[in-house]
Amino acid sequence: MSGRLIRIGVARGLIEMRQTMTTPSDLIGYAFSPVLLVELLYLIRDEKVPGSDLSLGAYSLVSSMAMLLVIGALLAMAQYLTMDREDGTLLRAKAVPNGMVGYLIGRIVLVAGTSVFTCAVALIPGAFLVDGLRFDLGTVLTLLWLVPLGLLALMPVGAVLGSFFESVRTGSLLMLPVLAITGISGVFYPISALPGWLQGVGQSFPMYWLGLGLRSAFLPVSGPATLWPAALWPAAGVLALWAVAGLALAPGVLRRMARRESGSLVAARRERALARTV
Amino acid sequence: MTGSVLAAGAAADTPGVDRVIEVRDLRMRYGDREVLAGVDFTASTGEVVALLGPNGAGKSTTIEILEGFRLRSGGHVRVLGVDPADGDELWRSRLGVVLQSWRDHGKWRVGELLRHLGSYYARPWPVAELLDLVGLTESAGAVIARLSGGQRRRLDVAIGIVGRPDLLFLDEPTVGFDPEARRDFHDLIHRLTDVDSATVLLTTHDLDEAEKLADRILILATGRIVASGSADELSRQVAGESEVRWSRDGERFVHAAADATGFVRDLFRQHGESIGDLEVRRASLEETYMRLVRDAEGAR
Repeated sequence: MSGRLIRIGVARGLIEMRQTMTTPSDLIGYAFSPVLLVELLYLIRDEKVPGSDLSLGAYSLVSSMAMLLVIGALLAMAQYLTMDREDGTLLRAKAVPNGMVGYLIGRIVLVAGTSVFTCAVALIPGAFLVDGLRFDLGTVLTLLWLVPLGLLALMPVGAVLGSFFESVRTGSLLMLPVLAITGISGVFYPISALPGWLQGVGQSFPMYWLGLGLRSAFLPVSGPATLWPAALWPAAGVLALWAVAGLALAPGVLRRMARRESGSLVAARRERALARTV
Repeated sequence: MTGSVLAAGAAADTPGVDRVIEVRDLRMRYGDREVLAGVDFTASTGEVVALLGPNGAGKSTTIEILEGFRLRSGGHVRVLGVDPADGDELWRSRLGVVLQSWRDHGKWRVGELLRHLGSYYARPWPVAELLDLVGLTESAGAVIARLSGGQRRRLDVAIGIVGRPDLLFLDEPTVGFDPEARRDFHDLIHRLTDVDSATVLLTTHDLDEAEKLADRILILATGRIVASGSADELSRQVAGESEVRWSRDGERFVHAAADATGFVRDLFRQHGESIGDLEVRRASLEETYMRLVRDAEGAR
């Protein structure tokens, strides 16, 4: 892959970033979950995390960044791929020399940018509502490896999932498992309240470990070690495992999906999509 | 002219430099259904070739195989000297594919998208020139989702040629056009083939379009090329009868003759000076086409 191609892909991502950030309906979409979240935090602001005097609001605000990252990176990546196949964006990329590589780099830049943006929209107003957040050099250092690693764990998996859905409508079903996993990932309440086997299920997905890492970054250093430990090796390990699995799987799946794209396939999808809307 | 420079350099060591497209015994089957049953044709540099046929004849399948978007079941195919099944990105950079846009890149601006897509090629058309060529200069800053159908189509063409291709594919380029948009589009293709020596392969089920645009028409029916040639040659190829009309002593006559020339010669020999209003009309391309397609479908 040449430097020129990377530059083209990054430029593509930045152009689309600018476009989405100046489209009112898109902005409302990005702000929707963070705003709901901040409202929820306001409701639980007086409750405490069990075994600690930290407010549950602070705990949830930080943990829910993990949910926003999963929605913003994994789900959005899957949805972009399904959408881009349906509307012919992907076929156009295929018709251009190295267009697929440029397209993917562009999507990675865009998805990473919007995910981080969504988190910021929740975190910044949220920080004024809850007490007990910390923000120091340690926070920055943790975020510097945790967020890129998290995105790397989520985006390839999202791309693989997106390759399997034929239409945007069926693709949106992915939201259901994401919500279910959110419920068992300790985002809004520590998972110690759940039965042991369910805790195990939650701990096999990236969202739990992202949440753990984010809490270690933003919450006071002397907290309950099960909720935000000082050492994050297990979190880094699980996320790295997901990243490796996703990166190993994604190129093959994407190549297979791209190989099958053709004008008549896009035309057939267009017919189906138009038939649905009429 | 610049398009051909690349062609000469890159294709110099491939046999048959002149043969931009070479298809022999191309076959395609989907399960039990045979869509292409041995298609043969070639196209040379600078030619405009139309693949004409009824819906379902296999036109799109053929063009998609040549574009490298679909794997064939059998046969020999070379596009710019390369088998499309293993065409690399350098090969891809010499092709132009005009796709039918739908909603893709709707948020992009016209000039912005052309500049971006051009950046993948070694020597793209300057955006301003390209916009001028397709008549979109006024819309350079327009958001693509807000273009009219005709403007979008011209943008599709602009995207197809942004990399100065040696070979341009157009699949059903004017489907859904009103007559005026269709004429504008035909003018655009003529302009393109004038400024650049690119080879063009287009599919259409519109006879009139094939006749207007193509140097050579290939009629595809039931998975085979059943006839090929210029519009004129095609009408000649089918042993259709010509219609001869004349008048003699104020009376009008009509006669269908297989050998119109011989018939008229006899007519003059017999009646000489008294023949007037002579008119000989060869079977139209439409009649020829209908007949060829019917024959092919009947023979199956």
